[in-house]
Amino acid sequence: MIETIKEVINKITNPQILFPILAVSYLFVFPMNNFFEKINRKLGIYKLWTRNGGILMMSGLFAFFCFGISDPNFRKIVSKPDNVPIVGLLFLVVFFLWLSMKQAYDNDARIAAGKPPQEAEDAKEKILVWPDLVYIEFICLILCSVLLLVWAMALQAPIEEPANPSVSPNPSKAPWYFLGLQEMLVYFDPWLAGVVFPTVIMIGLMAIPYIDNNKKGSGYYTFNDRRMAVSIFMFLWIVLWIFLISVGTFLRGPNWNFFGPFEYWDLHKLEALTNVNLSELIYMIWMKKQLPSNILLREMWGFLAVFVYFGVMPLLLAKTVLKNVFKNLGPLRYSVFVILLLFTASLPIKMLLRWVFNIKYIIAIPEFFFNI
Amino acid sequence: MSGNNNMFKKVQDYIVNSQVWKAVFRTGIPRTRRQRMMVVLNGVFLHLHPVRLPKHAVKVKYTWCMGGLSFFVFLVLTITGILLMFYYRPTVEYAYGDIIDMREQVPLGIMREIHRWGAHLMVITVWLHMFRVFMTGSYKPPREFNWSIGVILLVLTMLLSFTGYLLPWDQLAIWAITVGSNMAGATPFAGTGGPGANLLAIGDVNFVTSTSDAKFAMLGGRFVGEGALLRFYVLHCIGLPFVIMIFMIVHFWRVRKDGGISGPT
Repeated sequence: MIETIKEVINKITNPQILFPILAVSYLFVFPMNNFFEKINRKLGIYKLWTRNGGILMMSGLFAFFCFGISDPNFRKIVSKPDNVPIVGLLFLVVFFLWLSMKQAYDNDARIAAGKPPQEAEDAKEKILVWPDLVYIEFICLILCSVLLLVWAMALQAPIEEPANPSVSPNPSKAPWYFLGLQEMLVYFDPWLAGVVFPTVIMIGLMAIPYIDNNKKGSGYYTFNDRRMAVSIFMFLWIVLWIFLISVGTFLRGPNWNFFGPFEYWDLHKLEALTNVNLSELIYMIWMKKQLPSNILLREMWGFLAVFVYFGVMPLLLAKTVLKNVFKNLGPLRYSVFVILLLFTASLPIKMLLRWVFNIKYIIAIPEFFFNI
Repeated sequence: MSGNNNMFKKVQDYIVNSQVWKAVFRTGIPRTRRQRMMVVLNGVFLHLHPVRLPKHAVKVKYTWCMGGLSFFVFLVLTITGILLMFYYRPTVEYAYGDIIDMREQVPLGIMREIHRWGAHLMVITVWLHMFRVFMTGSYKPPREFNWSIGVILLVLTMLLSFTGYLLPWDQLAIWAITVGSNMAGATPFAGTGGPGANLLAIGDVNFVTSTSDAKFAMLGGRFVGEGALLRFYVLHCIGLPFVIMIFMIVHFWRVRKDGGISGPT
């Protein structure tokens, strides 16, 4: 029985299954528009953000780890010293996600009833920093120091064999906070996953306040007043950042192969590598011809796809799905927004292409290291 | 008993009324409302705060305390880091042994543990701080620029952690940095493995070679070796803390100048 459960968990934690599940359920948990909102209400998903919902989520997570810890493979990967903080991070993220969404839903209910948000109610009273803030800070510092000291005494910092440039460990992992980026290496070349995407992420984060021109929702928790902003952020933060880091940390073993949480890290696990480039797919498989020797001719379909994606899609979206967004943001804000959005979407799209069509590169010019 | 109390009171009065005490603690023990305001106004550290706040701004369920904790953990890391520097020599020959000695030979040898777990904790607190700031919409005007400063602080935090990762000079360290630096080698135009690098050439002479590209600049060599260790050490202990402190000053200053912690208007 337990073995079957473990087998099932091993199967569904595979990113090919879990990522689509997360991406689809995300739409209903953080409903962006009225359509999803209705389904959210009907299924009662909003109840996650009540007190009972919080208890359910936290105890569910806790139960999963309690269940898993009896398994030697699970214990091995979770109790690696450098992985302990990420287990803590998972609990913290779920807790604070709940805390913020609960306050947001409470405030939304207050606003719907014609009352100001809770923060505005509290803000009527003014208090002195000494002692009312100082003692809270003091308690926080003490608790944090206690946590650090206990953690430092209970768990030794990892130290492995002395550095040896001729023996590379398998897998070689970047520090955990960069594992989301390393996970992208599965789908993109290093120049994209390691250089272009981090730059776009940084610029995109910095650009948030200048793109989001919604005046509502400043200084209090709310979901209703800024649905679009919060739900996009949740996709980036929970699905693309925290989830990919967890996959990279817990579920990537030798040769960067996927291993379920209860699976033994087998060095010789083989995964079929039958990936093809878009040009090969079009010319060799669909047209049954030789690849053209001219690079531009060979890769024109890829260039066309990328041009359509970044050149035509923004216009199409502005006319259709994002009509209201375009109206609210204006042309300049909209252009920046939509380019960032397309960059974000390119990761799930590339994942899907890989899983469904085994596509390796859309444009493949290894002669110039230019692969997309 | 009462005689003792009298004695104690007399000594206390003498100390508290002495010229030295009054010169150090201008306001005395903050009991009255006026004193409580003055103690914040006069102190250099408390002056980071305003004197009075709306009540929502001190509630932990609103603030999560994460910004303050990030700063606190940064201070803990600075102090433990300075202590570690007494024992650590950034050379291929000594680095690994010094790290082992920090646990085996040094009294109270958990400084490295505090430092390492503190580094993880700081990354987490910074992320959660940003999460809170986003969820309360606190990046909205007039605080847009401070959010951008915050993003820079986030990047610097991760770079500090990344540079520190190499210093133990064990297998974990050099291969994690190898993974990271290989990405730098793929920088478009500036890395030998990046697109466009071999276009920057005159005839057969390449401008971007493995001894002149972005990866080489980062590592001070073609692979993670002596040069990289020294570079990462200097950046970790001097360079990045210097830069992050400047941005932190601006960040805290802007919090006050933009009207203190966000709240409903």
